[in-house]
Amino acid sequence: MRDNPLIFELSVPGRVGHSLSECDVPSKCIEDLIPDEYLRKDLPKLPEVSEVDAVRHFIGLSRLNHGVDNGFYPLGSCTMKYNPKINEDVAALEGFSSVHPYQPEETVQGCLELLYKTGEFLSEITGMAKMSLQPAAGAHGELTGLMIIKAYHAYKGETGRKKIIVPDSAHGTNPASAAFAGFEVIQIKSNEKGGVDLEDLKSVMGNDVAGLMLTNPNTLGLFDEHIKEIADIVHNAGGLLYYDGANANAILGIARPGDMGFDIVHLNLHKTFSTPHGGGGPGAGPIGVVEKLVPFLPYPIVELKDGKYYLNYDLPLSIGRVKSFYGNFSVIVKTYAYILSMGSEGLRKVSENAVLNANYVMNKLKEYYELPFDQKCMHEFVLSAQKQKEAGVSAIDIAKRLLDYGIHPPTVYFPLIVKEALMIEPTETESKETLDEFIDIMISIAKEAESNPDTIKSAPHNTPVTRLDEVKAARNLILRYDFRL
Amino acid sequence: MIIKDDLKYSNEHEWVKVTGNKAYIGITDYAQNALGDIVFVELPEVGTEISAGDAFGVVESVKAASDIYSPVSGTITKVNEELIDSPEIINEDPYGAWIIEIELTDPSELDELMDDKEYEDFCLKEG
Repeated sequence: MRDNPLIFELSVPGRVGHSLSECDVPSKCIEDLIPDEYLRKDLPKLPEVSEVDAVRHFIGLSRLNHGVDNGFYPLGSCTMKYNPKINEDVAALEGFSSVHPYQPEETVQGCLELLYKTGEFLSEITGMAKMSLQPAAGAHGELTGLMIIKAYHAYKGETGRKKIIVPDSAHGTNPASAAFAGFEVIQIKSNEKGGVDLEDLKSVMGNDVAGLMLTNPNTLGLFDEHIKEIADIVHNAGGLLYYDGANANAILGIARPGDMGFDIVHLNLHKTFSTPHGGGGPGAGPIGVVEKLVPFLPYPIVELKDGKYYLNYDLPLSIGRVKSFYGNFSVIVKTYAYILSMGSEGLRKVSENAVLNANYVMNKLKEYYELPFDQKCMHEFVLSAQKQKEAGVSAIDIAKRLLDYGIHPPTVYFPLIVKEALMIEPTETESKETLDEFIDIMISIAKEAESNPDTIKSAPHNTPVTRLDEVKAARNLILRYDFRL
Repeated sequence: MIIKDDLKYSNEHEWVKVTGNKAYIGITDYAQNALGDIVFVELPEVGTEISAGDAFGVVESVKAASDIYSPVSGTITKVNEELIDSPEIINEDPYGAWIIEIELTDPSELDELMDDKEYEDFCLKEG
């Protein structure tokens, strides 16, 4: 048997993990209770294992994993900051964890208050008029925002606005969300400083453009100083400006998208607001809008009237629901806990330290790796492995070699405008000691690329599995256990 | 890097091979090398009319998914269905693995494209 068998492979017919107590009400056959057409004919093929087998199996798998609780995780664009455990304590409080979404409003006033206040906090942080907490993650927030853009232009009778502009440095979700929302995507170039090429933007703006999606700081970790000019160009042509909040960890308490001229913002609570990210999610991608777009927000929205919180469904221009119930509620609880425990000064320090950490690591590494945009960065920066490529070592090899040191690799091959990109985001929660250790390891890998490239090209060596065949994995997709095996 | 002298090249790294009023289009050796191992190719439908500069398909590698742009205008007359099951032939033989055949509506567009020497210079500048 393989080292890490699937739980199906551990199955022994008839083995059970528990024993149910005797039924204390008269029993009936399922056939008497449920119409025949709804009954399955074959038993489900569930693994049959004991409790201890199941526990060992999943604990074993968890030990093969790497999370921010295991070690450093500088995955650019993802803001893998530490998630304070107090968030979990608060989310587990019975008043939050044991309520039902269909409970009458008067019995869940605390939950509604939390949703209302979180919305207020996030509006204040982003400079927006109002938030919807429904979207389940960042790309869902993007889609919701784009649907609002569409609804707004349609309401104004400007149905000819069918284009959404995105820069070539954008997150891949931006063009994907725009296409999914039914827009035609127009890509514009970045200038030599990594910002929006204003001439290119001007050349594509017109009365067929619905809006521009922008990340600021952008995916190079650079703040676009021309944001006011960009906003004016878009607004003067009747378009709306969408803020991709994936990089909001750089600006908390320092700059607000609303003040920069943005009309719609999404935030990734699982990035900026310290809720679990990745497989441990779920995420949450609230969106905020300026006053003129509030009527189009998804319903229901929590409102306060005469000291009582209630869910307002009376929004005739609303685009409707985008998620069942009220969003990923427990994620919002954790965000609320985080905002209150940090306070406004604490949130500003989050961004100051995130930016300081990134600049520190960038300056220590730029002697060893090419830095294509050599200027002060915000919360992340992008190196290129072009120098190492001369010895045959690619960005992916460096990423794999980092695994040998118990470090999660940076984002590689993104943004697309940098060749052999290594996108590094240390976050604010890492100590100088951790950053120094990472810097030392990166330097030793750079030296190894010259002295012993084969060690890097065959990495990782110390992990539970070594270099995976990504091509085979992509070409021969096997995503479930095949019982015929 | 292989560049062939009987082809025309676009600055999006597609090659065009002209035979009469038809042309085969594929991606260059430089492009396949930059993309890495290709795992999926999305093909257009035969009969689709496209203009020069339009995206007609997608190549997906382990690194990224990239649009393929048509350097010329016309009607798609054939697609290389071998790519559906064997996308790796683009890596193995980029100039043999054509992606679409197109009937040209404006052969003068070919004059806008690069020849092998110009394309070589272009790639060197790209780094």
